Parts: sequence; C-alpha cells; structure tokens
Amino acid sequence: MSEQLQTDFELPTKLVEEVEEISREMKLNKEKLMEEVRKAYQQGRFEPGESIGIIAAQSISEPSTQMTMRTYHFAGIAGIKVTYGLPRLIEIFDAKKEPETPMMTIYLKKEYNNANDAAKLAENLVERKVLNLTKKISLNLNENSIEFEVTDKRKVDLICKVVKDNLKNVSVRAKEDKIIIVVKTEDVRELQKLKEKVLDLQIDGVRGIRNAIVRKEGEDWIINTIGTNLRDTLNIKEVDERRTYTNDIHETLAVFGIEAARNIIIREALKTMQEQALDVDIRYVMLAADIMTFGGDVSSIGRYGVAGAKTSILSRAAFEETIKHLVRASIRNEVDNLQGIFENVMIGQVVPAGTGMFELIVRPEE
Amino acid sequence: MKVEKIEFSVLSPEMIKNMAVAKITKTELYDQEGYPIEGGLMDPRLGVIDPGVRCRTCGGSVGECYGHFGYLELTRPVIHVHYSKIIFAFLKMFCRKCLRILIDTKDLEKIKGKRLSFKDFVTMAKKKCPYCGTEQKKLKLIKPYTFIEGTETLTPSTIRERLEKISEEDLNLIGLKIRPEWLVITLLPIPPVTVRPSITLETGERSEDDLTHKLVDIVRINDRLKENIDLGAPDFIIEDLWELLQYHIATYFDNELTGVPPARHRSGRILKTLSQRLKTKEGRFRGNLAGKRVNFSARTVISPDPKIDVDEVGVPMVIAKELTVPVRVNEGNIESIKKLVLNGSDTWPGANYVIRPDGRRKKITELNKEEIANEIAPGYIVERHLQNNDIVLFNRQPSLHRMSLMGHRVKVMPFKTFRLNLSATTPYNADFDGDEMNLHVPQTEEAKVEIENLLMVPKHIRSPRFSGPIIGAVRDHITGLYLLTKDDTRLSREEFTQLVRAVDSKIELPDKDSLSGKEVFSLFLPKDLSIEFKSSSGDLVVIENGRLVKGVIDKVAVGAESGKLINKIEKIYGGEFTKRFIYIISKLAIEFLMQMGFSISISDQDLSEVARREIKEIIEKIRKDVDEINMQYMRGELKLLVGRSPKETLNHMIKNILRNGLNDVQKVLEKYIKDNSTLAMVKSGARGSLVNLVQTAAMVGQEMVMGERIERGYYQRTFPHFKKGTVSLEATGFVSRGFKDGITPFEFFFDAINSRESLMDKSLKTRHSGYMERRLVGALQDLKVEYDGTVRDSANRIIQFLAGEDGLDPSKIEKVGIDVRTIANRL
Repeated sequence: MSEQLQTDFELPTKLVEEVEEISREMKLNKEKLMEEVRKAYQQGRFEPGESIGIIAAQSISEPSTQMTMRTYHFAGIAGIKVTYGLPRLIEIFDAKKEPETPMMTIYLKKEYNNANDAAKLAENLVERKVLNLTKKISLNLNENSIEFEVTDKRKVDLICKVVKDNLKNVSVRAKEDKIIIVVKTEDVRELQKLKEKVLDLQIDGVRGIRNAIVRKEGEDWIINTIGTNLRDTLNIKEVDERRTYTNDIHETLAVFGIEAARNIIIREALKTMQEQALDVDIRYVMLAADIMTFGGDVSSIGRYGVAGAKTSILSRAAFEETIKHLVRASIRNEVDNLQGIFENVMIGQVVPAGTGMFELIVRPEE
Repeated sequence: MKVEKIEFSVLSPEMIKNMAVAKITKTELYDQEGYPIEGGLMDPRLGVIDPGVRCRTCGGSVGECYGHFGYLELTRPVIHVHYSKIIFAFLKMFCRKCLRILIDTKDLEKIKGKRLSFKDFVTMAKKKCPYCGTEQKKLKLIKPYTFIEGTETLTPSTIRERLEKISEEDLNLIGLKIRPEWLVITLLPIPPVTVRPSITLETGERSEDDLTHKLVDIVRINDRLKENIDLGAPDFIIEDLWELLQYHIATYFDNELTGVPPARHRSGRILKTLSQRLKTKEGRFRGNLAGKRVNFSARTVISPDPKIDVDEVGVPMVIAKELTVPVRVNEGNIESIKKLVLNGSDTWPGANYVIRPDGRRKKITELNKEEIANEIAPGYIVERHLQNNDIVLFNRQPSLHRMSLMGHRVKVMPFKTFRLNLSATTPYNADFDGDEMNLHVPQTEEAKVEIENLLMVPKHIRSPRFSGPIIGAVRDHITGLYLLTKDDTRLSREEFTQLVRAVDSKIELPDKDSLSGKEVFSLFLPKDLSIEFKSSSGDLVVIENGRLVKGVIDKVAVGAESGKLINKIEKIYGGEFTKRFIYIISKLAIEFLMQMGFSISISDQDLSEVARREIKEIIEKIRKDVDEINMQYMRGELKLLVGRSPKETLNHMIKNILRNGLNDVQKVLEKYIKDNSTLAMVKSGARGSLVNLVQTAAMVGQEMVMGERIERGYYQRTFPHFKKGTVSLEATGFVSRGFKDGITPFEFFFDAINSRESLMDKSLKTRHSGYMERRLVGALQDLKVEYDGTVRDSANRIIQFLAGEDGLDPSKIEKVGIDVRTIANRL
C-alpha cells in the first residue's frame, strides 16, 4: 500500500523536459536519471495533510513586520511616485478597487522599440483636457459667452470640434487663438457650470493617464505611466499587447480576465516584497492569489472577501462581526459541519489537518 | 464521541418552555436569610454556583451541573433587536392585510428554482397587493426597534399578529424554516445561574453578575407593566412601560446599540450584556474558544548559554520540580519510579502526584511518600518531575511563524532562567534583554511522539518561507569563524590542540607543528563535502572534500537566514547532523575568540588627519554643489526632470548630491580605517555596517522625514535661529559631523525628528502587519494538502490542483528546486 502511494504520482512536465534535455546533452541514461529525479522529487513533495494555508499566511506576514510603512518612493531614475512596502501589500490583498498609485508598464512592438517612437508615444499618451491647453479664460456676460485663449494654435480646430460634439445648445467659433462659445442661457451660474464642463473635456491622449516616462530596460524601451487605462492603451498600434500590464488588479480582470488578474496579484505582491529584500517563496504567494481568484472574481482577503465567505459559521463568527454571523445563521437555520480548523479548536476536538486528518492506520499482516 | 455538526436556529416559545425548569416570577433574588428565592432569578433549580450545594434539578454539584434554563413570561411582546432588520424585511415583503407575499404569480414563475436573498424579495415587492388589492403603506424602521407604517407606530403585538398570519407556503418560497413570529419575543429564556455566577465578597456581601442585574431590571419592569395593565392604567403609562421593557430587553441582548443610551450599573459603569460577552478579542469566541489556557506550562526570562545544545533548553530546578510528566507504572519501571516517589516532591528528581487505577489523585508529601512507594503497582500513574532529555515545547510570542514553537530537550539547571543556545534565537526572534519564553510539557505519548517527529529544532532548520536555513551562526560565532579562517591565521600545536579539544574531545588531531585556521575549521567539516560559493566580500570560497581550500567563512557561509554552507549540509546530511554542526562550529568560534581575545573600542573608529581632511573636502564639495543648485533654482535655470515641478526637481537633485557625498565619505573610510575588531565584525557580517561606521566616525548625513529633507517646523524655517527662507544644508537637516565627535544642538534635534518618525513608523507597522496576518490566516487557515496532492478548503473546494503548482514543499527542497543538472553530475 505505501509502496504504491509513493510511486503513484507524475513528475511535473517541466522536470520531465529538463531530464530529457540534460540526458541528451550529457549523454546519460535517461531512465536512470529520471529515476533519481523521481526520488528527489518524492522527497521534496508536500505531505498530505500539510496546513499549507497557514504556512502561506505566516510566510507572507512574518517578513512583513520588517517592511517600511513609508507610503511612497520614487521608482527608477526618472522617479514615479509609487506606493510600496506594507501599504502596497495590504492594498493588494485588500483587492482595492483602485490602487493608490495606478501605473502602467507599456512595452512596444518590435518595429517601434526605439527611443524616438517611445518618446513620441509617451507624449501622445498623456491625457490633455481643454484646461491644459488654455491660458486665459473669461466669461462674457454681455454676450453670454465663454472665451478662452489656446496655447497651441494648431489645436484650435480640434478643440472646437470636441466642444461641438459634446455640448448641446451652444455655438462655437474660433478667432485665431481664441475660441468663443456662445450659450443660450441667461443664468450666470449655468454659465459657470458650463465653463467647468468645457475645461474638463478631453482633447487628446488616453483618458486617465496623467504622466508618461520613457525608460530603457535591457533591450526594451519601456513607458511607465501614472494613471492607467489598459483597454485604450492596448488599442494603440505601437503597444505590445502581450507584455504591457497595469498594477490595477480589477482593470486587469476586466480587460484580460481572471487568470491575468491572478498573475498580477502574484507579480505585484512578490515585487513589493522583493523591493524590500524580503524573500518569500512564490508558492505561498500563488496560494494567496488563488484563494482570492478561484471563485472567478477577485475577492479581498478580509471580512468582506474570502474570510467572510467561509462556509463555517463558527469560523466566521470568530473572525470578525461575531453577532452578525450568528444572527444570520440562526435565521437561515444554517448548519456548521465542523470541517475546518477553527471550529474543531473551539469545541475541543482534534483538528482535521496534519496528523489529525486520519484516525489510525493498522497493518495487521505485519 | 465526536461532535459532528452544530445547527443554528431560533428558539420557539414552546422550546423555551420545554427546556426551562423554572418559571421566573419574583423580582427579589434572596430572602432575609440570604437563601435564593424560588421563582426568583437565582432560583436553586437553575443550577449551582456555591460549593457544597447540590442542584435542585439534576443533583449535581459545582462542576457536574452545567445549569438549567428558566423562562420569563413577558406581559407584552417585544422585538428582538438583532432581528429588527429582518422583521422589517418581512413587513415589506408581505401584504399588510392578507399577509400574502407581495409578488404576483407571473413574477413568482420567473424566480422559480432560484435562490434569492430577503433583499431581492423586498425589491420585488409590489406597492399594491396582487391578491387582495390592498394599497401598501410606507414603512419605516427607526433603528434599533421602532417600526412606523404611514404615520402610525406599529406595536410589537401587531407585528407579531401579522407575522403569525404568514402562510407556510410563502415561508417556503422565501426559504425560511422558522416561524417569523418567533422573532418577536413573548417568552424570554432565563440563562442558568452558572452563566452569570454571583461572587461573595470578603465582607460577605453578594455581588451579582451584570447579566443578573439586567435580568432583574427586565423582571421588575415586566411586573410593573402587568400591575398597571391589571389596574387599568391610562394608555400612555402602559405604552411608556412597554417601551421601557423593550429598552431593557434590547440592551440585555446588546448594550452597544446606536441611538440607545447604554444601560449602566449603579456606579455608572456600562453593563456587559450578552453581545458584549461574545464580541471582540477578549470575548467568548476569540478569547475563550479560539484561545485556550493550559496547565503544565512555565514562563520565565531567557538567558544565553553557548554550551548547551541548539535543541536543548535549560530549565530551572524550581520549574522542573513543579512541572510533571505522567508515567504509567509497569513491571519494567516500577523500581525506578519507586525511587522517584521516595524522593518526594521537594527533591529532584522526584514525583508530585500518584493517580490510582480508580482515578483518585494523591499528592506525595514528606509524610506519605513511603506509604505511597509501597502502594504503587503496575497500573498506577505517577506524575514525576521533569527530567533531563524530556521533550518539551518552547515558544516565544509573537508567534509569527511555525518556528516560534519548537520542541526542545530539557536540561535541568540551577538558577531561575530558561537557558537557550544562541543559534536558537533567530527562529524565535529572541534576544536576552529581558525576553520571556513559555514552555509546555506534553502529557500524552501521542503528543510526545508528534513533537519528536515534527516539532524538534533540527526539523525546522530549513524555513518554509525561503527554502533556506533559518538557524545558523550568529554574532560572535561569525566573527570568530571569520577571524579563524582568514588567510593569515596560523595556530601553533599548543594553540590548536587547546582549541579543538575544547570543542571535541574525540576528534583526531593531525600530527603537525602548526595548522592554518582553515585547516582547523576543516577538521569539523564532513569529509565528502564539496561546495563553492561567493562570500559576502565577493571572493570565492572553495570547500573540496571536507577541506576549506580557499576563502573565509562569514555570514554568507554559516549565518542564520543565509548560510550557504549550512543549506548544503542540511540538504545532504539532514537536520540532526546540521544541528550538531552548527553547535560545534559556534563553540569553535567562541573558543577561538576566547583564546585570541576579542574586544572593540572607540579608538577603532579613529581617523587619521589625512582622512579627516579628505572627508572635510567632500563635505565642502557637497555644500558647494548644493549652493550651486540652489542658485540655479532661484534663477530659474534648473533643467526640470520629466513630470516634476521645479521644487521637486531641486529636492531630487540635492538628495542625489547628498547620497553621492555620503558614498564618497564611505569610500574614504574604507580606504583609511585600519583592520581592527570593529571592522572584522562589519566585514564578516556579524554585526554593524559601514554606514554605522560612517555615522560614528565621519558624518551622520542628511536626516530625512517622510523621504524628504526636513523643511517643516516654523514658518519658512526649521528653527527660529535661522533666517526665514534659509535654504542652506544646515537648516534643512544635514548633519555634517559624526556621533563620535559630537553633533550640534540643531543637528541633535534634526536627528530626534528622524528618530521619532521611525519610532512611530514601527509601532504603526506592527499593528498593520498584525492585522494583515490575522486576515491572511482567516482566509487561508482551512487550506490543506490532500492525499491526491490538491489543495482544498474545509468545504472540499479545490483551490489548487497541485500544491504549489509543482507539488514541492519549500521546507524540504533547496531554493533552486530540484536541480536536475546536479543530480546528473552526480551520476
């Protein structure tokens, strides 16, 4: 029985490939090498019953006591303000709707992977509103109009068009670098409101991107942006959609789906810890990312996410919001089947993990 | 026997009545003689809390009788506060007249088979009853328990009447298995006295539990309400009393309701009622059920002992005499156990108790020890003192990872502290500045076996976090080995004999007149070990067949949390051997240091005139550069960095100058400082860094707060001693002196600002990361690896198909995983 258990597993494909490659390369007996690798693999395997979750939680949080609390630092020489350290890690596991410092890392397609194209693209990426393109704004109360001077004459026509497209009941005319918008209302307050609205209109660039910085990494020219808009960015022809990513988990989920979101969680969490020279095995970060995403949606680690969605009432009640969970359980006539760790600790029974997972194995023949 | 499941539900009035043993009617607790009144809240039928008294219901004494419920018949029904939101939902869901669900048949068809929440039903509810056509009035819930329909207040009685009329059919539809009217209380269960024991003070006065106080209020108001109704009192009086009863029952369940003043004790203290007992860290759930208190444990200060083994713990004699291990007497051990019994409880090794086969426990005293020694026979259990090599658990809080609780072997010692080998401090994160640790003695064979096989220190040398050794040489061990294995260390025959024999009395000594330090170290390496790696200085370290051929042993080789050599040894020879190895090399290091003498001095950081001059020049250059940049900034000539304001650019550039300046100073220091003890510690990685040296010997550098130079304080200046708008380095937190020379008062204050920031940062950090750990554990605790290699949660949902995606346990493999190439090379 035990013999059978030990051999009853498959080597991960990566190892098998490696064995094949190396045995070919070093002209070794493949079978023999495979046997040795299997032995080594068998020795390194997780034992059934291992409380991998608790070890993962400890492995992630034990080093986090050594992390900085300082919220920002400036990444790279160019220096973009980025949340890092413990606050960033908490943000990731909280699955916050928007990261505090949203950021994209844009890679370029091969044919555009040069300094010139990168710089040009970076400039075009930044969102510009009417506000960013005007120098003087005034309200003409006699004619019920808004007048403003544009910094760049070439953009006048574009601005006029955008204003026309977006606002109703106005007439727009341009006079050299001046644009005059005549409004049909008499109300000054209405006029003020309209002014704000005009200034907020997007003229060019990608919505939500506040800044873009070019940087070289190895062979690649990379554009880092402050602010993120993955969907629109991916539609730009120069952008390499295979490598470009954002640090916004939910945006990744919306654009690429759940597997990508999981990868972003792993990548960001690991990066945050490695920045602080903290060494955590990727397997545990993957487990944390898996528990956050295995339902098909990104749920946070905490009372409104994974911990609040546990099946055990007692376990939930012991975690947070005790009364709420007990009241809910009573009204729905719920049953706690005592399958978890916490529940069994509570009622003083052996926990169903590790050596408590089985009762007793007897081999009468020996 | 095993508890299989726990079902949650709402008590019906019938159940309350059935499980009760007494009906509570009286407001008084005790009669004149001080005996509990029957029908009062301390009714003797509700259980016993006084020793020597038997329970009137079950006949059990204190400890045997868990207590019995009573009940109180409420004169008027009241709302259960915790359910008021749900009651509100029901009121909105069902017609106010015919009490049928306010969803027409068409919609019902649509939702057939779907699982909807109460909220969904409420949103679907029609304004007009589709069955009887009654127009529904606007309902309002004034939290916590007042319901208003239109303009009228709904009394709990009307609510209950309505809820009673809801048909079973409709309840099935919304998935409710209980009767909704049970949420309006008519019978109040009275918890047993054992739940709310009264304490007798020294004065003989009785002090009642908070719950009893609250219940007394409830019974009293209930009584008053009844009297007034019977007397035919005016409606407003009855309504007031009813409201008061509602208030008391609401605060009985939860005394932290928003919008309701909390019920107070006579002294003004806020009462702890039912919800408060369960909630929070100290509450029943987290305080008592999740965290349990234990016997057979000890706690005291820890102190270092380099001579006991890594997996040993020195236990003070007094503690060893108090903690016991139960031993079952059999024919083989009866003689030795008799000896222990005869030693009594005051002489170590002795025994404290015997447990007879019938379960009776007897204390061993000076008077009865002989008698007991004669009495014991196979089948008896003797609780003997803790002895050497007993297995115990040792723990230091905060228990951040599994290595915070490990199994050790006992070594009974004089004095009153736990003794710990220095290499064992890293996993516990302990030091000896007053740290205390806990010790637990396993009481069953199963527990002992589990500790021996899973929890002993050697099994935890490799940390699961980063697949590397967490136990290794620390501090002086590293310095010692570094100095020993340096290229120019040679020991005469006398010296190396002395050294090696102090560590190991059996090892064979080479027949040579002198040995190099490397050769001495090699004596303790396994003979078939070969490894190459880079030391912390970047030089190659070569070990060939158990001989250290090249390089020095430093932190990278043997240090805790890094140790390449230890990592290798653990992989090849296993935990037990590694433990021995760590013990031996650390002893070797300490012996070597003791022979050679090792101490540090302030003069280690003395700098020559030349060095001082060079450093001064660097500081002057920093000043000049910064002034230059400042001038550029003020003239507006500064070349801006992308996406930065002029001010930000300025700060960024100044910070760069300062950082480079400090690096230059460090280089000067490296160039001029002589090879001395302090430097040996830094170079070996044992303690301290070059930055520390620079800060003491040369200059402290720029003080930063929130990652910026200090600019805050007074209006436009940091101290009132500067001119407004001063931009000089001195006024913005630059400390150009070293600690050894002393710093100016300004510099001192800048340093204090920085220190305060890091202090606050630290305390904030522990809180945040502590909570993060709790949440992570909460989310991940039920995940375990199953026999098929999958990771599943307690509901048997698969989280990962193969644990860790390759099935490999980081605490069992090397960091690189399974290195096929190495295996191939070996073949």
